[in-house]
Amino acid sequence: MRLKRKDLLGIEDLSREEIELLLTTAASFKEVSEREIKKVPTLRGKTVINLFYEASTRTRTSFEIAAKRMSADAVNISVSTSSVVKGETLRDTARNLEAMRPDCIVVRHASSGTPHMLAGYVGCSVVNAGDGAHEHPSQALLDMLTVRERKGTLEGLKIAIIGDIAHSRVARSNIYGFTKMGSRVTVAGPPTMLPAGMEKLGCSVTSNVEEALKGADVIMMLRIQMERQSESFFPTVREYSRVYGLDEAKLKRAKDDVIILHPGPINRGVEISSEVADGPYSLILDQVTNGVAVRMAIFYLLLGAAKEDQQVQAGKA
Amino acid sequence: MKKIVLDDKAIERALARVAHEIIERNKGTENLVILGIPTRGYHLALRLRKKIEEIEGVTLPVGAVDATLYRDDLAIKKDQPSLKRMEIPPVDGRKVVMVDDVLFTGRTIRAAMNALMDFGRPVAIQLAVLVDRGHRELPIKADYIGKNLPTARKEGVKVHLTETEGVDEVVVEPAPVEGK
Repeated sequence: MRLKRKDLLGIEDLSREEIELLLTTAASFKEVSEREIKKVPTLRGKTVINLFYEASTRTRTSFEIAAKRMSADAVNISVSTSSVVKGETLRDTARNLEAMRPDCIVVRHASSGTPHMLAGYVGCSVVNAGDGAHEHPSQALLDMLTVRERKGTLEGLKIAIIGDIAHSRVARSNIYGFTKMGSRVTVAGPPTMLPAGMEKLGCSVTSNVEEALKGADVIMMLRIQMERQSESFFPTVREYSRVYGLDEAKLKRAKDDVIILHPGPINRGVEISSEVADGPYSLILDQVTNGVAVRMAIFYLLLGAAKEDQQVQAGKA
Repeated sequence: MKKIVLDDKAIERALARVAHEIIERNKGTENLVILGIPTRGYHLALRLRKKIEEIEGVTLPVGAVDATLYRDDLAIKKDQPSLKRMEIPPVDGRKVVMVDDVLFTGRTIRAAMNALMDFGRPVAIQLAVLVDRGHRELPIKADYIGKNLPTARKEGVKVHLTETEGVDEVVVEPAPVEGK
């Protein structure tokens, strides 16, 4: 089986079969991280560059660890200490990096579509690690893996995604992913944070959190992105927390075996109460563990096989 | 035309003999671990365990060692092979009998040995195969062989097991016709 792509730019253009392949492969890779020697030689000699134009701990570390566990060499570029501050354009940065012959560039950028543009400039693989409010495919894959592990399937599940839908690339990737896999997705949040036309992505939309939580199998809380609040979308944080935050009282509306996800970093007491975040339904740390496995699978499927022009006759053929 | 070279009875007898040879060579079953290379090698490992249990009354630990991530041909293959079962019982200080269905170039065994070494240090590794078809590319030799089967390099040798294909047989398929 093969992912017949050079790049992984979003969930929107993946087929259900491709998502299945990524999830199944990721599930197998979990075992590697359980070993005493957490490393396999599969991608020896490959180079991965992490190019992050936005702050990140989890995602960048996760991509780096994933690359290293596959024996690829990972290089991190943090933009604040790079030539970008001297005014180098993205195109020039990309072409210069490509001149050093990496096999993959993992990019995060505040502008939607940046990875797509980059993928057109360079011959190596490009992985989207989050572009603006557009997509964050590896996060959606690790969310789907976490849910599938716990529930056995994604078919027919009711998924509630709650919070700042407008600014959330995690929400968008997850809506594409879960609906493709046969789940029913409801998004909820303050009306100011629910963009018009969300229904077109195949989900239901409501500003009533309680309605979204009713009978939910999975609750995904989104972070209130303080760094993107240039204008105010709700009167006060306290009010947001009271109406839209997940606490134990609201949790009762969901199914008894509900599971709770959050892409992190969490704002304790804002979108999720500490009791719920640290409680028995929360899989927040499982998500982080699965993140490494998902990213190993992405590297394996994008970089593991021969490029078209490098294919030579294998021994058994 | 495909040709059946071992039928269910022949496979049964070959495995029974290999089980006896393993016990004889190791002077019993002490300290032994059986590791199959998925998919068919693992099923053969389970069958060998059962045979050894019938003879000696001892149930040996069985595991699976997936060589995929250690293969040397990933970079020249068009498709990535999917990952299989990896379940390795403690091997430090144990004698490991690795089991596979067909021994051909030896490259899978090399990869499986490297994988195994990442999990510990066995005192010895022995190799049992149902079919040795020759054409080695590496200095690797089986300790226990169900059937030596001289083949042409381009012929295909397929092991079918009831667990996976619903029938026990070993078949040889002719080399594909050029230009096809």
